[in-house]
Amino acid sequence: MLEHATGVAATARQDTIMTAASGGIPLSIQQVSKQFTTRAGLLTALESTSIEVAAGEFVCLLGPSGCGKSTLLSIIAGLDQPSGGLVAAAGQPISGPGTDRVLLFQEAALFPWLDVQHNVEFGLRQRGVSRKERAVIAHGLIERVHLQGFERSFVHQLSGGMRQRVAIARALALNPAVLLMDEPFGALDALTRDRLHSELEEIWSATHKTIVFVTHNVREAVALGDRVLVFSPRPGRIIADFRIELPRPRSLDDLALAAQAAQITATLRAAMGDDLNTRR
Amino acid sequence: MPWLRRIAFYAALLAVWEVVARSGLYPPYLLPGPIEVLATLWSGLAQGLFVTGTLVSLRRLAVGYAISLVIGLALGLLIGRVKWLEETVGSLVLGLQALPSVCWLPLAILWFGLNERAIIFVVVMGALFSITLGVEAGVKNTPPIFLRAARTLGARGPSIYSQVVLPAALPAILGGLKQGWSFAWRSLMAGELLYFTLSLGNLLQSGRDLNDAAQVMAVMLLIIFVGVAIDRIIFAPIERRVRDRWGLTG
Repeated sequence: MLEHATGVAATARQDTIMTAASGGIPLSIQQVSKQFTTRAGLLTALESTSIEVAAGEFVCLLGPSGCGKSTLLSIIAGLDQPSGGLVAAAGQPISGPGTDRVLLFQEAALFPWLDVQHNVEFGLRQRGVSRKERAVIAHGLIERVHLQGFERSFVHQLSGGMRQRVAIARALALNPAVLLMDEPFGALDALTRDRLHSELEEIWSATHKTIVFVTHNVREAVALGDRVLVFSPRPGRIIADFRIELPRPRSLDDLALAAQAAQITATLRAAMGDDLNTRR
Repeated sequence: MPWLRRIAFYAALLAVWEVVARSGLYPPYLLPGPIEVLATLWSGLAQGLFVTGTLVSLRRLAVGYAISLVIGLALGLLIGRVKWLEETVGSLVLGLQALPSVCWLPLAILWFGLNERAIIFVVVMGALFSITLGVEAGVKNTPPIFLRAARTLGARGPSIYSQVVLPAALPAILGGLKQGWSFAWRSLMAGELLYFTLSLGNLLQSGRDLNDAAQVMAVMLLIIFVGVAIDRIIFAPIERRVRDRWGLTG
């Protein structure tokens, strides 16, 4: 009887996590720039950049390494301060990290001293959610990312793809309006990456969260994004804004997708070429 | 079969010892055989003298180590996280770590008199700097990505330390704790040699005073046994746990 009751509570809770009131919020990035002081002097990582992201939009930031797209993501997450400009989430200027915007990392950044379940519960624990409720939420999310049975596993026992799944569950536990993803699948093999793409697409269509996804993989960007913003090499600035109208769920084998990707690659090449020419 | 080899080795060692002891090369009050030493150990334990002595020493060790642990954790965290403390206090700790803790004993006796507090002071000085340096190293080497992940997941202030920095530093901290314990144990024995109430170190000294090499050796065996036991019962399980979790089992 008791078990049954908890089960119902769990399902109800999971429903609220996944659907009701969990939709995304708009992001407004206004003339944000970032300079670093290095031994060589002042280094501009990101030139003044403005982006408007609609609520529930899936935006990919695409560019070569070191173009400042990860820096921009950290700034949106509130983990780094911009040298100039302003970021607003749902109209409110942000001043630091907030659990309405959760950042995911390429290395997954799971805590090795916690098992899978406690990694997923970490954010809830910070929020002061009771142990019992944390467990219920974590179980639902672990199931959602297809890791049931691995609750007690430690990080080193998981493959790269499983680690990213845990990281996604850990972020979703906080039910953030925005997911900020910094090349989360960059270190995975192609097959695992494809699976995680479709799983992420599913989560996104179910929750309508705003997603900003950083990648240097053109096809990944086209497969996932509503929009692909192309960055120039350092100092980074946006050189193109593609709207991807392909129907979902998308497949990497789709010819239209390949054509779209080829077009973006050409833009990127041109920018890289410019860069090489100016350096010479 | 390594255990068989080990048993054979120790049997041979005891046999050689017994043979040399009986050869009359050295007088028995200088080199008693293992049988006599074990008999002394047994009667000392049975009479309760060795048991009381061991308990007294262990209590001092526990008190001194607990003090070092509290101060060392706090100090290590501060030095590891605050740049100017590292430059100032950190360098002092590094210097003091180079000083064998027995060197504190004369000063401790001057300050506190030859009493319990002097001995515990020396134990603290033995363990404190190793623990501090272990915590500091662990804290400093905490991968920044853990801190970033914790902050984006809503961790703030003290809980970042208790739930991220300290656990992340645990493998390095454990190294410091182990080294600290072994230094504390050594300084305790040194301190007790000079001290008059019943304890392990004092039993060693009284064996010398009585020209009783069997007692000296029996107490040495006891000290070895206690040291190995603490290592096995307290530190080995913790280390195994950490290794399993982190996946460091090689």
